Amino acid sequence: MIDTLELTAIPPEDEALRADVRAFLADTLDGLEPDERARSWMGFDAAFSRQLAERGWLGLTLPREHGGAARGHFARFVLSEELLGAGAPVSAHWIADRQSAPLILKYGTPAQRAFYLPRICRADAFFCIGMSEPGSGSDLASIRSRATQVAGGWRLNGSKVWTTNAHRSHYMIALVRTSGTAEDRHQGLSQLIVDLSLPGVSIRPIQDLTGDSHFSEVFFDNVEVAEDALIGAEGAGWAQVNAELAFERSGPERLYSSIALLECWLTHCRSESDDASNRAVLGSILSQMAVLRAMSLAVAGKLAAGGSPATEAALVKDLGTELEQALPRLIGDALGRRPDVPPPLPLLRTLAYLEQVGPTFSLRGGTREILRGIIARGLGLR
Amino acid sequence: MDQIFADAAERLFAQTCTPQLIRDAEQSHAPLAAWQACEDAGFADALVPESDAGAGLTLADTLPVVLAAGRHLCPYPIAHTLLARAWLNRARRPQTTGSIALAPVGLTIQNQRITGVNVPWVRVADYVLAQIAGQAWLLPTQAACIQPNGVHGSLDGEASWALADAECISLSTPLDALAAAAYAGLIAGAMDRVLAMTLDYANQRVQFGKPIGRFQAVQQQISVMAEHVWAARMAAQLAFQGRDGQPQPQLAALGKARASQAAPLVADIAHAVHGAIGVTEEYDLQLYTRRLREWRLAGGSESYWHERIGAHALASGTDALGYLRCALYSKESG
Ligand SMILES: Cc1cc2nc3c(=O)[nH]c(=O)nc-3n(C[C@H](O)[C@H](O)[C@H](O)COP(=O)(O)OP(=O)(O)OC[C@H]3O[C@@H](n4cnc5c(N)ncnc54)[C@H](O)[C@@H]3O)c2cc1C
Repeated sequence: MIDTLELTAIPPEDEALRADVRAFLADTLDGLEPDERARSWMGFDAAFSRQLAERGWLGLTLPREHGGAARGHFARFVLSEELLGAGAPVSAHWIADRQSAPLILKYGTPAQRAFYLPRICRADAFFCIGMSEPGSGSDLASIRSRATQVAGGWRLNGSKVWTTNAHRSHYMIALVRTSGTAEDRHQGLSQLIVDLSLPGVSIRPIQDLTGDSHFSEVFFDNVEVAEDALIGAEGAGWAQVNAELAFERSGPERLYSSIALLECWLTHCRSESDDASNRAVLGSILSQMAVLRAMSLAVAGKLAAGGSPATEAALVKDLGTELEQALPRLIGDALGRRPDVPPPLPLLRTLAYLEQVGPTFSLRGGTREILRGIIARGLGLR
Repeated sequence: MDQIFADAAERLFAQTCTPQLIRDAEQSHAPLAAWQACEDAGFADALVPESDAGAGLTLADTLPVVLAAGRHLCPYPIAHTLLARAWLNRARRPQTTGSIALAPVGLTIQNQRITGVNVPWVRVADYVLAQIAGQAWLLPTQAACIQPNGVHGSLDGEASWALADAECISLSTPLDALAAAAYAGLIAGAMDRVLAMTLDYANQRVQFGKPIGRFQAVQQQISVMAEHVWAARMAAQLAFQGRDGQPQPQLAALGKARASQAAPLVADIAHAVHGAIGVTEEYDLQLYTRRLREWRLAGGSESYWHERIGAHALASGTDALGYLRCALYSKESG
């Protein structure tokens, strides 16, 4: 069974970080429109990421020797919550900070750590995640991109798709096959750090239904990568990827994707006449969000204690993305109850953007069906 | 201390609140011996300070007792009693024995009588602590005229009292938050059991040559159920935050709202997975799902509490994130 989630409070020393972050964001993001805020973890702004780095807020959990601040999971929770709550454009550094750096710290060689981690902390190295391929989405073990060992390193062929920020990143951590065939499933997969400026790499941004281009197709044509591109053990890629995903799934980003809309609508409601139906919708959103926040914090507590709450993380992600997706639906309905009163345009644009992009919330990081399969396994049904 | 208490409650309720006892209570046989065992064990005074011969536990410490009461569907209002006794103690009206149901709304005074068409737990409780027009009233059920409300298996009923039999107590803090917290805990406990029953059944019922729990469509439903069971549990944990045995009003509100929201979902999936056997009288699942649906409405459904929370958030003046982090938790803004 899944463990009980303990009510967990953020330690005061980590909570103390909040005021500084708030003050900085209030200054820096002043005047940012709500529909831009709604893009938060799609919003790419290298200069902003560098400003965070100057304040020591990138690589917050990394050891000092690698340029980090040696803080814990709760400090990171506070920082993430404030960044997302304010709708800061975090996308440039987000993946490197959240996933790549912890992965390199855990599985990388001393040389890899010394090379990459300080640059991640300085916002000089942005990463993307190369897992999905045209034929491998949910069935990640079926990937076909292949690295063959050659003198002095690896030769890489194949392609990746849906790679967030590939066209704006310096590196990709690619999951590739290094031995066996797709039929070998979890065996023979490895993770490689691919410098995206190498010859043979070509990247094609994909425009999405909102008009943005935040993910890309990536092609590898006989790309020669050095020996030390391999991260962790050859053939251990599957286990490494799964450890990485547990971190990805439980954080505040699974609760707050639509919060810019909520903030904007809340302000709008305050300017409107009293409406029982709006109050009920608002209360419904807030009470679900408050419980989810408590659940997400509880998972952070488990991670901080060294646990690997993969099932709990899947559970929080599925419930969280459901609420993120419900928000535009509920608020859209609330606004549309009064067709005679058109909402202010910034609110309308924010709503429209989140309605359009909302379906992706339950795709990125593993689909609803895949997460529910993980939960079912945790419950002993598989 | 609290763990010992929790284990003792779990054991006692498992022994005394059998499915047969629940069925008997629903047939109007008051569960006197079971209640007495609970009273003797001291759970009812768990929140009363030690200086007044209680156990002096914190609200959070008593949640396991309430969850256990839900898990075993105790057919007497122990969750309400322990909160009511702490409340009465603070109002300097110590209540020594007897179970106490809470009726924050729904009763009225007219023509020297106090009446309600659907008084919670009135068919099994010793007292009803009611809030009527800004006053609290302690109503002994012995003195009441009680009629079944006509709902199959309900422990609630139509009831009326002569005003002379009622005791008026000045209202220190409203009763609605107490009832909200109690039901949030009971719902979470009952759901825990419903999930366990559903998992057992899914692993054991064979169709098409394998346990139905091996079918992906069934797994997906049960995973959704588990998500809501865990959310309701967290909601109950939030509802049981507070000092002096008193829930914080906004947290109790959100706890009840979230638990109520989950109740029909969890009940429906449990029945879907159980197929026809789940709706039979002889199979225990229905005892739980009937109660879950009843408790969802008791003391206000999710929409009732959502509106309260929404109004509070609008009035708070803070942004949504600030509200989630601070305003919900501060006593002053309650
Ligand atoms: C905005 C966005 C950003 C992304 N960023 C990245 C990135 O940076 N890096 C990266 O590698 N990937 C990224 N992805 C890809 C994402 O991880 C995949 O979209 C996801 O894993 C699903 O794969 P798919 O799209 O191929 O759908 P499919 O796997 O084809 O699934 C289609 C449908 O079938 C269902 N399905 C599939 N298999 C099963 C099964 N066994 N049981 C039940 N149902 C099943 C799925 O749940 C889904 O509903 C991103 C996606 C989005 C939308």
